[in-house]
Amino acid sequence: QIRFILIQNRAGKTRLAKWYMQFDDDEKQKLIEEVHAVVTVRDAKHTNFVEFRNFKIIYRRYAGLYFCICVDVTDNNLAYLEAIHNFVEVLNEYFHNVCELDLVFNFYKVYTVVDEMFLAGEIRETSQTKVLKQLLMLQSLE
Amino acid sequence: MALKMVKGSIDRMFDKNLQDLVRGIRNHKEDEAKFISACIDEIKHELKQDNIAVKANAVCKLTYLQMLGYDVSWAAFNIIEVMSSSKFTFKRIGYLAASQCFHEGTDVIMLTTNQIRKDLSSPNQYDTGVALTGLSCFVTPDLARDLANDIMTLMSHTKPYIRKKAVLIMYKVFLKYPESLRPAFPRLKEKLEDPDPGVQSAAVNVICELARRNPKNYLSLAPLFFKLMTSSTNNWVLIKIIKLFGALTPLEPRLGKKLIEPLTNLIHSTSAMSLLYECVNTVIAVLISLSSGMPNHSASIQLCVQKLRILIEDSDQNLKYLGLLAMSKILKTHPKSVQSHKDLILQCLDDKDESIRLRALDLLYGMVSKKNLMEIVKKLMIHVDKAEGTTYRDELLTKIIDICSQSNYQYITNFEWYISILVELTRLEGTRHGHLIASQMLDVAIRVKAIRSFAVSQMAMLLDNAHLLTGNTQRNGICEVLYAAAWICGEFSEHLEEPMQTLEAMLRPKVTTLPGHIQAVYVQNAVKLFATVLARQEGAGDRQAAQETTELLIEKLPQFVQSSDLEASCILQLIKYIQKLQAKEVSVSEEVSALFAGELNPVAPKAQKKVPIPDGLDLDSWINKPLREIESEDEKPRAVFQVEEPQHSRPRVPEIDEKELAKRREVRKQEQASNPFYIKSSPSPQKETANVDHIPVVQIDLTVPLKVPGMPMSEQYVKLEEDRRQKQKQDKKKDKKKKKEKEKKRGKGRRLDSAHTESEEDIAPAQSVDIMTEEMPENALPSDEDDKDPNDPYRALDIDLDKPMVDSDKLPVQTHRPTEGLKSPDPVAGVEEQDEKKSSKKIKKDKERKDKERKKSKEEKKKKKHRKSTPGEEEEGQVEKPAPAAAESKITALPTAPPTEDFDLDFWLSSAPVPSQSQPELVDPAPSSEPEEPKDEEEREESKSSKHKKQQHRKEKEEKSKKKKKKKHQDEGKAKSVQNGTLEEEEEPLPPMTNYSLLAENSDIKMVSTGQQGARMV
Repeated sequence: QIRFILIQNRAGKTRLAKWYMQFDDDEKQKLIEEVHAVVTVRDAKHTNFVEFRNFKIIYRRYAGLYFCICVDVTDNNLAYLEAIHNFVEVLNEYFHNVCELDLVFNFYKVYTVVDEMFLAGEIRETSQTKVLKQLLMLQSLE
Repeated sequence: MALKMVKGSIDRMFDKNLQDLVRGIRNHKEDEAKFISACIDEIKHELKQDNIAVKANAVCKLTYLQMLGYDVSWAAFNIIEVMSSSKFTFKRIGYLAASQCFHEGTDVIMLTTNQIRKDLSSPNQYDTGVALTGLSCFVTPDLARDLANDIMTLMSHTKPYIRKKAVLIMYKVFLKYPESLRPAFPRLKEKLEDPDPGVQSAAVNVICELARRNPKNYLSLAPLFFKLMTSSTNNWVLIKIIKLFGALTPLEPRLGKKLIEPLTNLIHSTSAMSLLYECVNTVIAVLISLSSGMPNHSASIQLCVQKLRILIEDSDQNLKYLGLLAMSKILKTHPKSVQSHKDLILQCLDDKDESIRLRALDLLYGMVSKKNLMEIVKKLMIHVDKAEGTTYRDELLTKIIDICSQSNYQYITNFEWYISILVELTRLEGTRHGHLIASQMLDVAIRVKAIRSFAVSQMAMLLDNAHLLTGNTQRNGICEVLYAAAWICGEFSEHLEEPMQTLEAMLRPKVTTLPGHIQAVYVQNAVKLFATVLARQEGAGDRQAAQETTELLIEKLPQFVQSSDLEASCILQLIKYIQKLQAKEVSVSEEVSALFAGELNPVAPKAQKKVPIPDGLDLDSWINKPLREIESEDEKPRAVFQVEEPQHSRPRVPEIDEKELAKRREVRKQEQASNPFYIKSSPSPQKETANVDHIPVVQIDLTVPLKVPGMPMSEQYVKLEEDRRQKQKQDKKKDKKKKKEKEKKRGKGRRLDSAHTESEEDIAPAQSVDIMTEEMPENALPSDEDDKDPNDPYRALDIDLDKPMVDSDKLPVQTHRPTEGLKSPDPVAGVEEQDEKKSSKKIKKDKERKDKERKKSKEEKKKKKHRKSTPGEEEEGQVEKPAPAAAESKITALPTAPPTEDFDLDFWLSSAPVPSQSQPELVDPAPSSEPEEPKDEEEREESKSSKHKKQQHRKEKEEKSKKKKKKKHQDEGKAKSVQNGTLEEEEEPLPPMTNYSLLAENSDIKMVSTGQQGARMV
């Protein structure tokens, strides 16, 4: 089960934070900083997994952005790694060659994408076509 | 009106939108805080306006600020306002803000209940969807209770989009409101066979998550999941199902047997690494659950180990890591299969990634034997040297100690070697684990009697060279070792060659720079040493020297008096008194020694917990009047992630009868008799002393001179040990030739030639090691429930779902409800009735099916006869009855095999071995008719409440199933184009996704099907 999803840039600025567990605000900031600290020190030679408190973080770096998913230790690392990639591919498709600024200026849309793909800590939809179709539908309602 | 609108749009023109805010923040890098506080003022102003668009814009900006870590909780009420806007765009902003900002403590959250309910039943599926998504983030126990029924209704919504969301959110509802699990479970189960694969997979996800926490309640679903596993081609779903099976197999080994074949098939056929890995994991779980006496499974183990080796050898760090991780699971049950890969694992110790090295260390832990321990530790010591100044080195240190001390020092053949390893480890400056080394030293010295004299000599040297450890800076960590050294030298001072020298070392002025608790130990043990020295000196008749010793103490002790520990001043007084006595020419040594008479035995860590609380003692009551509350909350940082260790004293049974009291008294007396700390007339009989004399102590001629600590010396032991073993072997050979018969008497009955192959048992320990067991109170039970965490939130979900439902198992239904929306099928009353009906109907249905089954299998007939004889279906009492009856009648008496089950688990498990995946329809003939039934039934039931709607619903369903095939092909086509990597990676401004290809190397980027059915259903 996913505990939280974070997108941070190299400087540690949060670009997205989605929580599937309840934390108070201070705790959230602490987690964000901790994740940033453990993830940024790692380079390409390292695994994409970090043991984190009594969970683990599956992360992947795309350009200057770190996409991190915190899951239970028993969860399948590779599946979540692929989920991250799937997510990034959808973003890429949705924003037409996504870059960090897209995520900043459209942060609420990014949340919508997350909500279409993940829900209540589970992977909800894995088909990119379906997600994109849904996203376009939602956009047309605006 | 028009004027207002114009005014509104003018207002908006002056408002900053989100883009401005973001840009502003980027442009005010220096004075960000100031800029943002200005923005917040502006936002506050905007929130006061009537225009909802302005408000929504403000809330949107707040959400952004919240993400950056600013407190926006003050705007909770405005968020609710925006949530209740009728316009979807605003509503969505509101729900997003709520899901980011609200938590259980948010007080206005209770105001949202009706709004959310209205949105849930909105005719617009997007309103419903957005409400569901939001709710999943901020659901509270109250919301869960009030809305459970509405969400459950949505699980049968016409749109799969909503059904899917509702199913997933149900899990959150269960967590917050566990009572909802039983009433909702039947419908959740139905969703496993939903026509929409997405809904299906959502249901799989939820049940997997539930089952992971409380597997036994879901064992009865195994046949259904098995069917899904053999028919599904969606790897995401497969992974979940296979993980679920991993949790179930420990409970039911027969299930494991059934799984092995399809899983090994998957391992062979799949190209998706994630799936492969999950399969391997579950196969390992199966193998662990099966008794090891099954020879034909060695093939599966080999397959797993072989696949894992491939992963470990892979250049992809991720795979390497996971391979090691999984390997350590095999290690527990099949150490032999793993041990042959020792070299590979030692290689991983050199890896760049620390997590890989740590996993390799974990593996080493399980791979040591008496034979290779020294060698492995030697390698690790080399790594320790290399790892200077990293946290990894600390990790290595703990691992070395773990490895050596595991299972009561099982693998240590030479404790002198171990002590010298520990002494070598004290050279590590700045380690955090000084106390760990110290406790090992103490443990070994206390429990391995034969080693004491060696240990004492080493410790004396440590004390002598204490300045090396403390250095010029006060390194917290390693000086802890001196604590152990001082204690060992004091307690076992009879083994000291030159106690006087050690005593002097302990009284050096430098000692006062040590932490207080160590100083205290120094002082205590200085007195112990003093007693020994006195005894020796007086024994030799040298009163002059004895008085000089006292003199020395009196001179040196005052330097400790300033320390925070009281110890020193007390002892100073004592020594002064002794001096007076000595002045009178009284021999004092005996009496001083008597202060420390008696031996201290090791006490098991849990012993204290096991001591029953004496009657009449209430540990929670105050001894004195309570002091005023001190705010202690700040002291303890409450880590959200870490489960706090329960420190409760065991719950006291309030009323105890006389017998129990008498018994307890008896127990307590016994305990006092055996308690070393309980003052009594004669010293307790030593259990172990008797043994020691019997064991012949092997003399080791110490060719190695005792060295100054700080110089590595453990290495010599490796060589020495080899020689010794060699010699032992030769001796044994000689022995055997001479005393073959004696050998046989000992029951070993080894053959002569077996001496060539050195087995574990052949290596006799160098020291006669008498490892004392730790003391426990006599009535302590070995079993432990201490480890269970009473605060586990998932405990509440441990609900037996197979019991038929009773009246109390109903979801609360709100009586005053907003008028219903059009599409959502509804059922204020419907659900209630439905639940009741369902439980009785299920039984009926169950019986019908049972009849069918009986025809199929005669064996089953016998078992079920009992059940058949229970007559009637509609009477209330009947609902309860079948459960116990059925359980009794089963041969295996599976507690989980329920009467209201769709499949008879026992029957399923006992049936002939499963055919391989290629013929899934043969898997289980019995349930083949099942999938349709529950759906129809449900529709029938629901049609009563809303016939009209339902017809539509059914039509849609039918159409869908027709379309499904077509769709599948389309999807496939689309998917393929994505798979084939037309992702324009080069053009992407976020560069390379390329290292992803590690995973996609063998497969496509996406998870691909197992190849069996070919189609991708994602």
